[in-house]
Order: sequence, then structure tokens, then C-alpha cells
Amino acid sequence: MTRVIKYVFNDILRTRFILFYTGFLLLSTFALFQLDSDFGKIVLSLLNIVLMVVPLVSVVFTTIHFFSSYEFIELMLAQPINRKVIFLSEYLAVASSLCMAYLIGVGIPFIMFGAGQNVISLLVTGVFLTLVFVSLAFLSSVLTRDKSKAIGIALLFWFYFSLIYDGFVLWIIYSFSDYPLEKVTLTLIAFNPVDLARIIMLLQLDISALMGYTGAFYKNFFGSNMGVLFSSSILFLWAIIPIYIALRIFNKKDL
Amino acid sequence: MILINDLCKKFGKLTVLDQVNLNLSAGKSYALVGPNGSGKTTLIKSVLGMVRPSSGLIQFNGKDIANEWKYREQIGYMPQIGRYPENMRIGELIDMMKNIRKGVKKVDEELIDAFKLYKIYDKRMHTLSGGTRQKVSASLAFLFHAPVLILDEPTAGLDPVSVEILKEKILHERRIGKLIIITSHILSDLDELSTEMVYIFEGKVQYNNSIEALKEETHEARLNKAVTTLIKQKELLNSITEQL
Repeated sequence: MTRVIKYVFNDILRTRFILFYTGFLLLSTFALFQLDSDFGKIVLSLLNIVLMVVPLVSVVFTTIHFFSSYEFIELMLAQPINRKVIFLSEYLAVASSLCMAYLIGVGIPFIMFGAGQNVISLLVTGVFLTLVFVSLAFLSSVLTRDKSKAIGIALLFWFYFSLIYDGFVLWIIYSFSDYPLEKVTLTLIAFNPVDLARIIMLLQLDISALMGYTGAFYKNFFGSNMGVLFSSSILFLWAIIPIYIALRIFNKKDL
Repeated sequence: MILINDLCKKFGKLTVLDQVNLNLSAGKSYALVGPNGSGKTTLIKSVLGMVRPSSGLIQFNGKDIANEWKYREQIGYMPQIGRYPENMRIGELIDMMKNIRKGVKKVDEELIDAFKLYKIYDKRMHTLSGGTRQKVSASLAFLFHAPVLILDEPTAGLDPVSVEILKEKILHERRIGKLIIITSHILSDLDELSTEMVYIFEGKVQYNNSIEALKEETHEARLNKAVTTLIKQKELLNSITEQL
């Protein structure tokens, strides 16, 4: 398995996209440090970038990479290597290189300017988001043979979780505002990894007061050890389930 | 060595392989013949596990190959269209394949030498012509002394000198006692290289016997004549049964 991962890694590094991504993250983090000196505000602004950019880059890069390494996958399939090993090597190589890029791009400026406690949770949620959206992109890549269709499906995942789902939740809260909705919205949030990441971060930043009564409820829930455990295990499931389904499909696929 | 039992493969509504039964034994050389789209490549890919059969069984040395991968150590495969990572160099590609099959200590680089591939080791794959690609594919298929060789249109696109080199190599491997499966549309090549013939039409095995027997049945001395006679006979038979 390590041998296959090594070759996928080499291939990823050759495209230089990962370097651009790291550079972009470095640049925007440094820029935010120049604009502001309050750590909380920097983390908050970064959070907004991270919640949009990390899923988008993960999704697009993964699908493009998968289809451009189709030849490699085909070649490996005729060799005495387990299919699952080929697929998981692809996943691990892509996910770890994107996570590395993120950790370097956001982490290094914070180390240079001195890191607060919030930074660690920002890094962890970013890594989680990367894993989740790489999984979803692999799933969309094995669902179809057509590269543009796969990118379309992957972008739809991004679009859905970043924009559409929020609208949907907002609509429910608005229409049923006469009822106690805390538990319902809590459940709804678990179905969206981006929201989950956002809530975890916002509660860390102590601005949950802005979210009123619901915020207090979340604070009560997510602030406790149980809440942290709950939210991180849900995010973990979001990373595991799509890649598991994708692996099942890939294992039965004709190539 | 390879046993195929009632193999069916459907792509959606299209039936590509329809109850194929074959018993391929070591030491023989099989010519897989049939018109375009008759299912030859699908059959080969099923044996390699790249295509998952809809139903039926494939055994390699008595073991079912479904979800197995270890048996592929014993197969050298030359694809019809060699698709390789485009920005890899030839040398890197060959090193990678050796690295992946680390268990094989002594590799067979006869074809790499004969095709003079070492001279262009630093060329990237996307700059190669179709013929050079074929040479790379052939060299990779023979690299690991695999006891089973599956060659999908090996001579297509090669220049005459290279065709002769490749044919010599195939004949040599046959004499050692390997199982060789070749698909080709160039029947004169198959006449030299193969001892058995499997004729596939519309996903069904229509004929499976030695080439000698086929020649006797059709009273022809050359394989291409014999095959065309066979096809005409089949067509005649089909038209009669259709009229009935």
C-alpha cells in the first residue's frame, strides 16, 4: 500500500496545484494578520474563508485528480494489487496532501505570530472539512464515468451544503417559530458538515451570545464534553460513510 | 489453468458475453477471434478482474477469482490501447512496475533491449507514438516471466521489424510451455503463433478447437481462408434457421 501511495503522492506534487493552494492560504492568513490585531477577529474572518474555500478546493481538486489518474488506476488493476488498496491509497494520498497544505497554509502564520487556543480548533475543523469533502468527491467520481458530470455532482454537494441547506434550515425555523425548535435544529445541523464546523467554531469564539436563545442552548450542549464528542464523531461519520460507499461501488465497477 | 464457466456479462440491456464456457490449459496458445464488438476484450478483462461478470464463474488454477488479486502475479497483460500516466517517463514507468511486483527477482528485459527502449528512457509517455506505446506495453507484459500471457491485439500499430521481434518472443514463450491468449484481426499472424482457436460472435463461443482441426474441417490450408469459410458456413446456417 505504501508503494502505491508514494506514486500517487509524486503525481500530486507534480501538478503543483497543492503548492498554489498552500500559497493562497498562507497569503490570505498573513493578509488578515496585517489588517487586524485581535486574534478572535482574525480567526473569525479566517473561518469564513475556510468554510467556503476548503470544501470547494477539496471537491474540485479531488475529482480532477481522480479522473486524471484513471490511467494509473487501470494500470494498477492489471497488477497483483487489491482493488481496495488502490482506492484507499488514492484517498489517503489526496486527503493527506490537502490536509498538509491547509495545516501549513493556516498554521504557519499563527505559529509565527503566536497561537491562541482557538487556532487549534480552527485547524482541526479545517482538516475535518477537508476529509469530509474529499470523501464526497470520491463518491461522486465513482458514481459516473464522465469527468464533467462527476465535477458537477461534486460541486452540487458543495453548493448544497454551503448555501442551499442553510436556506432550508432557516425556512423551517421561520415557519415553525411558534414551536420549541432547539432539538430539531440541532438534529438538522448534524446533517450538514459545514454547519457543524461553523457552530463548533462560533461557540469557541464566545460570540454565541449573538445567536440569542438558541445560541445559549447550543452553548449548553456543544460546550460540554458530550457536545464536543458528539459533534466530532458526527463529522467523523461524514468523512467515513461517503468513502465507504464509494469503496463499495468502486469494488464492483467495471474499468 | 483458466476455467470459465457460464460467464455472462451485461452492460445495461446489452449482453456482451452470453454463457461463455472455456477451458484454457497451460502449454497451449489460444487465438481469440471475432468481429469488432464481439466481446473479446470484455472476456479478457473479466479474466483479469477488471470487469465484474454479471453471472458465471472464472477459476484460475482451481480457485475462484472473484475478489481475488494474488493470481494476477501469474499474468502478463498487454492491453489493446496502452493507457499510462501521461507525464511519467518510460524509465520511471518500468521502474514503477518492477517496484510494484517486488517479489519477482529476475526480470525479463529481452524485449526492452530488442526494441531499444533504453535509448528513450527519459521520454514522457504523452510524447510517444502509438507504435512506441505498444512496444512499452509488450515489454511490460513479458517483464515478469508470468506463466500466463494475455495479449490484446499485440501486433496492431507495430512496424514490420518490431512485429517479427514480438512474434519471435511469443513463439519462444510458447515453447517454454506458457499459456498464451492472443486476440488479433491479423489471421496470418495467429496462424504462426497459435495452436488453438476460439471464435466468438455476439458474445457466444461459436467454435473452440485446434487450428489443425479447423483447417481439416474447412479443407483450407491457411487460417484466414479457413476462418472466412467458417464464418460463411455459420452465416448460412443462421439464415436457414431464421427462415425456418
